Amino acid sequence: MTLLSIDWFFILEKILLISAVLVLSLVVAMYSTWGERKVAAWIQDRLGPNRAGPMGLLQPLADGGKLFFKEEIIPTNSNRFLFILGPSVAMMVACMTSAVIPWGDTLTIAGHPVSLQVADVNIGILFIFGVLSVGVYGIMIGGWASNNKYSLLASVRAASQIISYELPMGLALIALLMLTGTLSLKEIVEQQRHDYWNVVYQPLGFFIFLVTAFAETNRAPFDLPEAENELNGGYHLEYSSMKLGFYLFAEYINMFVSSALMATMYFGGYAFPGMDSLGVSPNLLTILGFLALFVKILVFIFFFMWVRWTVPRFRYDQLMRLGWRVMIPLALANMLITGAVVLARQH
Amino acid sequence: MQALTNRAKPVDRSPLTFLEKMYVPAIAKGMGITFKHIFKRKATVSFPEQRRQFSPVFRGLHVLNRDEEGRERCTACGLCAVACPAEAITMEAAERKPGEEHLYREEKYAARYEINMLRCIFCGFCEEACPKDAIYMSETFAPSNYQRKGFIYGKQDLLIPDPKQQSK
Repeated sequence: MTLLSIDWFFILEKILLISAVLVLSLVVAMYSTWGERKVAAWIQDRLGPNRAGPMGLLQPLADGGKLFFKEEIIPTNSNRFLFILGPSVAMMVACMTSAVIPWGDTLTIAGHPVSLQVADVNIGILFIFGVLSVGVYGIMIGGWASNNKYSLLASVRAASQIISYELPMGLALIALLMLTGTLSLKEIVEQQRHDYWNVVYQPLGFFIFLVTAFAETNRAPFDLPEAENELNGGYHLEYSSMKLGFYLFAEYINMFVSSALMATMYFGGYAFPGMDSLGVSPNLLTILGFLALFVKILVFIFFFMWVRWTVPRFRYDQLMRLGWRVMIPLALANMLITGAVVLARQH
Repeated sequence: MQALTNRAKPVDRSPLTFLEKMYVPAIAKGMGITFKHIFKRKATVSFPEQRRQFSPVFRGLHVLNRDEEGRERCTACGLCAVACPAEAITMEAAERKPGEEHLYREEKYAARYEINMLRCIFCGFCEEACPKDAIYMSETFAPSNYQRKGFIYGKQDLLIPDPKQQSK
C-alpha cells in the first residue's frame, strides 16, 4: 500500500521546479546569444544587433525561428542514429547539471516548505563532475557520425582537451572539498552564508576551476573543437537546422551552468553579505538570495564573453602544455597546501 | 640593409620569460583594453536613420538637369557616353519638332537616355564632359531593385522634376 501513498504535492513541486529550472536555463541560454553578440559588438566599437525589437531583444527569437525553418541535412555516408544522438546527448547533458544546483533557500508556499533545489543529493559535486564528463560524448559522437575528417579531428581534439582539463578541475575541487568537508552543494552554500566566501580561502583553486571551466565548455580561448578557421566549424560542420541549434544552445547552457557552479562553490551561491541581518521575511529573503545568485551568474557569463573577445585561441600544443605542465602541477600544489593547512588546523 | 624610416624596430626573438609564459599578466592587460572599448564611442552609423555627412564633391547617382524654364538641357551630343570608361551610357538623339520648344532647349534632344547603374563606376567623367551642364551627380546613393533591368535608369528616372510644375 505504500505505493499508493504518494506525496502528490512533492511530485507536483518537483515537476514545477524542474520545468522552471529548464525554462530558466533555456531563456538564459537564448539571451546569452544576444548578450554575446552585444558584448562582441561593444568590445569592437560596434552597436550589435538592434533591429529586431527594442535593442535587438527579439533577435534570439528570430535566430531560433530561422534555425527551425532551415533545411534538415543528414549526410548520406553518416551514421544516421549517432548523427541524431550527438546533439541530443549534448543538449540533455547540458540541461541535467542544473538539477543539483541550489537556486535559492527554502520558500514556504501554503505551509509547505519548498526547497529551490531540484535534488539535494549528498554527492552533488560528484554528480556534476560525472555529467560534465558525459557532455563531451555529444561532441565526440556528433563528430564521428558526421563522417567528415574535420569533424573527426574536432572530436579528437575535444576528447583530449576534456581529459587534460578534467584532471586539474578535479584536483581543484578536491582542495575545496577538503576545506568544506561535504559534497552537497547546498551545504557548501550554507557554510559560506555564515563565513567568508570560499574564494577567499581558495583563490588559486578558483582560478584553476575558472580556466578549466573555459576548457570544459569549449569557450574561447579553448574553443579548438569548433575552430572556424582551421576546422570549418569543427564537430558541427555537417549539422544544420535545429540539430546545429542544439549544439550551439548546449554550449550556452553549459556556460550558464558553469557560471552557476562557480558562483555556488566559490562565491557564496544564493548567500550575500548581510543576508541574515536584513530582517525581512524568509520568503522574500529566499527571492533576494535567488536574485543575488542570478546577478553573480550574469557577471560570470559576461566574463566568459569578455575573455572570448579578448584572448585568441590557443594552439594545440600550447593547450596541452598549459593543461599538463601548468594546470595540473598548480592544482596539485594547491591541493597539498590546502591539505596541510586543514590538517594543521585540526591539531 | 638600410632602413627606409627611423621607425624600424628589430624583432625581439628572445625566449619568453617566466612571467610571459604564465600568460596571465598579458591576458589581464588585454582584457583591460577590451573593457575600455566597451565604453568608447561606437563607429557604427545606423544607416537609414543616421546619414554620414558627405563632402561637397561626393559623386552619387546621376540626374539630368533642366534649365530655368523647365526644358531639358541635354542635346544628345554623346560626349558623356564617349567619356564613360565603363560604357554605361547609351542614348538616342531626335530632332525637336515645331511646338516642342517648351520641352527641349535646343534643336536636338535625347529621345532615349539610359545609364546602367550596375556598370557605372561613379567616376564623374560624364559630368566633366558635358558641355551643356545637363548631367550632374547627386548625393543619392545605394540604389536598390529586385531585378537587374531595374538598374538601367531611363530618362524618367534621371530627369529632375520640372521647376515650373513644381512651383504650381
